[in-house]
Order: sequence, then C-alpha cells, then structure tokens
Amino acid sequence: MMQSDPRALQLNAHGQLKHFLTLDGLDKTILTEILDRAESFLSMGEQSVKKVPLLRGRTVVNLFFENSTRTRTTFELAAKRLSADVINLNIQTSATSKGESLLDTLQNLEAMQSDMFVVRHSDSGAAHFIAEHCTPNVAIINAGDGRHAHPTQAMLDMLTIRRHKGGFEGLKVAIVGDILHSRVARSLLQALTTLGVDEARLVGPKTLVPDFFADMGATICHELEAGLKDVDVVIMLRLQKERMAGALLPSESEFFRLYGLTEESLSWAKPDAIVMHPGPINRGVEISSEVADGEHSVILNQVTNGIAVRMAVMSMAMSGQLQGDDTPEEKGGQ
Amino acid sequence: MKLDLDLSLASMKEKLAAYCEQKNIQDAIVVGIHSGGVWVAEQLISAAPTNEPLATLDITFYRDDFSKAGLNPKVKQTLLPAIEDRHVILVDDVLMSGRTIRAAMNEIFDFGRPASITLAILYDLGQHELPIAADIVGEKLTLKPNQRVKLSGPQPLEVSLIETQ
Repeated sequence: MMQSDPRALQLNAHGQLKHFLTLDGLDKTILTEILDRAESFLSMGEQSVKKVPLLRGRTVVNLFFENSTRTRTTFELAAKRLSADVINLNIQTSATSKGESLLDTLQNLEAMQSDMFVVRHSDSGAAHFIAEHCTPNVAIINAGDGRHAHPTQAMLDMLTIRRHKGGFEGLKVAIVGDILHSRVARSLLQALTTLGVDEARLVGPKTLVPDFFADMGATICHELEAGLKDVDVVIMLRLQKERMAGALLPSESEFFRLYGLTEESLSWAKPDAIVMHPGPINRGVEISSEVADGEHSVILNQVTNGIAVRMAVMSMAMSGQLQGDDTPEEKGGQ
Repeated sequence: MKLDLDLSLASMKEKLAAYCEQKNIQDAIVVGIHSGGVWVAEQLISAAPTNEPLATLDITFYRDDFSKAGLNPKVKQTLLPAIEDRHVILVDDVLMSGRTIRAAMNEIFDFGRPASITLAILYDLGQHELPIAADIVGEKLTLKPNQRVKLSGPQPLEVSLIETQ
C-alpha cells in the first residue's frame, strides 16, 4: 500500500505539530519546543491540584493494540493532568485480520467524537495509517509502532539528558543492546543527531547491531569497552527475551558477560556519566542491580519526565489541530 | 495623550500601602503575571507588607482561548510559594476584558486557598467583559479603538501607546 509522507502529514500549514508520528523530518526548533514545553509542565508537580485545563472537555482514546503498562499509564496520567477525558482500549488483534479490524475500530471511535488517539501497535506504520484514514481534526500520537518508531520515549530521554547535562553539544552517547528490533533506538538516533550531539554510538553484537545504521549517522561498536569509552550518557535497551529463540544470541548469561552494564563496564564511561533505560529492566541480563539502583542511574527520572513530555506533545498536537490551516490570531490580548 | 509611568507607579504604591493598612493585610505574597505584571510588581513590592520574594505566574495553560488562539509557544515559569491562608497581592500591567485575571485566579486556587486576593493594576482600560475590578489602579485610561498600551522592560521600564490598523 502506498502511504503519504509522514513528515508532511504531521505538520499543519503553519509548521506546527498536528500529529506526532515520527521524529523523522522534525527540525531542531520543534524538538526544542517540545522539551521547553515539557519543562514548564514539570514544575506543575508543585501544585496541590496537579492539573491544567488545556484539554478540558476533549476526549483522548488510548488505543493499545499491544500491551504496555508503563507507556499507557503515563499517557493516561498526562491526558488527565491536561484535564482531558480518557478512555483506555486494549485491543488484541489476530495476526490475519489486523488491517480490517483497525479500520472498523477507527470508525467506531470516530462515531464517539474523540479528539485524540494515542496508538500503540505491533505493526510498523500503524499510527501513520490511522492518521491518514481517520476524520480530520483528530490528533494521532504514536506510542510505539512495530520496529519503526517510539518518538515520545526518545523525547523523554532527550529531556532527561538535557536536565542532567545542560544541553547536547559535545556529548557522546552510547545506546547498547538490541538495536535491530528496537523502535526506541531508531527514534533516539534521529533525536540525538537532530539535537546535535557530538557522537551517537550503537553498541551490541553484529546480529543485533547491523552495519546499515552507520548510514543514519551512528558509530557502530561491537565491543562494549570501545563503545562505552568516555561517553557522557549510556542508554541500555531491553533485551527482548522472546527473540532468543531466533538464534541471534547464544544465551542471556553470555549476553550479560559481553554487553551487560556492571560497575566495572560503567567505569569505562566518564566519571559523571548517566545511565538510562526505557524499562522494563531485566536485572542481570542487560544491567546489574548495582548499576540500575546506583548513583549514576536516572531511570526513575525518565518516568517522571515521560509524563511531562507526553503532556507537551498532546497539548501541541491538539493546538495544531485547532489552529488547522487558518491564519493564527494575534496572541496575548489585554 | 501623555503617559507618566513614574507618576502612575508612585500612585499605585501609595494606594497599595493605604489599602493594606485599612484591610489589615499583613505578611502578603506579591504575585506578578508574566510578563508586564512581573515588571510592575518589581516596582511595587517595596510598598507591600511582605517578607517574601516576588512570586510569578504564567497563565498560558489557563487561558480561555486555547481553541481559538492555540498554545503560546513561550511559557515562562510559575513560581508560587505555599499560598494556603495567605494574602495575595496580584499585579498586572493592564486590565481590559478581565480574562487574564480570571485565568490567574483559577491557577492560584490550584496551588491552594488564599486568605484573600487583592488586585493591583497599572492601567485600567475599562471594557471589562467579566465582573472583575481592580482594588488598586495606577491610572484609568480611555483609549480609542485602534490604540493599545505597550509596556516594555524590565530595564528600563517604559510605556508607549501603539496605534494599530
């Protein structure tokens, strides 16, 4: 099936976000705006009522075709803190009827007059497909599609890096683990290169870190020590245990011995390096408990930042939908 | 029309001190609304019965025109101390429709329940659309439909009248 360019699809005539499908094609200005706006939502944690009325009266549907407790919960909390009404739908689809049931589901949800769909799907391009086929004025947020993208995860990681390191210039960042199957890795790489880090390294065995990623601006390392040497940020990815059967890896313990993050391997990074992980973590498979719970770990900060980033993206996309392609009115009346 | 900013600010200070004494307002929190209100509040705080640093409020997320005007891309920091049972002196540069003050009061109540809110405004332009009036007014202005007041600051703090088409 031919699909339109997602980069054009997610911006309105004023260059504002109206869907959030991928980081591909978004420039540094928009990514920085997302981070700035997320910062302003972070300070809301001090309010006794942790809500702002931006999306009051709007309906957000969490459309999860694939399970993910953390992502769904933080999206739900983000929508509720924006005062939206939230519906959670967990739809398990059979492999054969995906395309058909997706359209059927969409038509039903449109009939409920929803304003935003947050979509998680195991097929790459699902959020894009929905953005193309649903009614105008409904904002689509990609909460992870197949191996393609997980843009809010990448942006919460960017916010975490910026809050701990002050910016992106001159940073060396290592992403370690199962790059091949990871939608997070793809989005991370786009965000890091757009925001201008010094070097983004992809680290893992040849079976999980194919060389074609070098074309996307990454440095490829198959040895952990070389990969971690002098980095400011270490991002560990979850080893997807279900893929062990595919003979891409000898065993979990072998992987941990070669690529696991331990206090010893972390010592190869800079002394003030931060350790990140999108979760859920497999203790003793890709990361040791000492490191996961240690002083370099910012894994729980990522979760907090995730709510703020999702609030930012949802409010910006809703704003972009409402602005549509009309001329924006002058802001800041007296 | 000539605007004398120093005179209006001096008048505000005098009225604020007298008002607080009359209402027995002590230990207040001065809150400026970004951006002009913060600049006016910086000038005013010496006349207020307070020991706290200046608090600031950005009302972007509380505006009532989100669906029309969208999101203002520049959100500044809201910095409020614990305001439960405290007297709040809310400061803005201009009062016109009253919608900004409505938004500001909603935001303040999301932080807690203040003992009172006193509204201090540099220029009251009339044309209120909501039942909101200022307790302290620097100067009342009647503008032509195409005129607007523009405050620039913080250093130097200046005011000018702008003619729009």
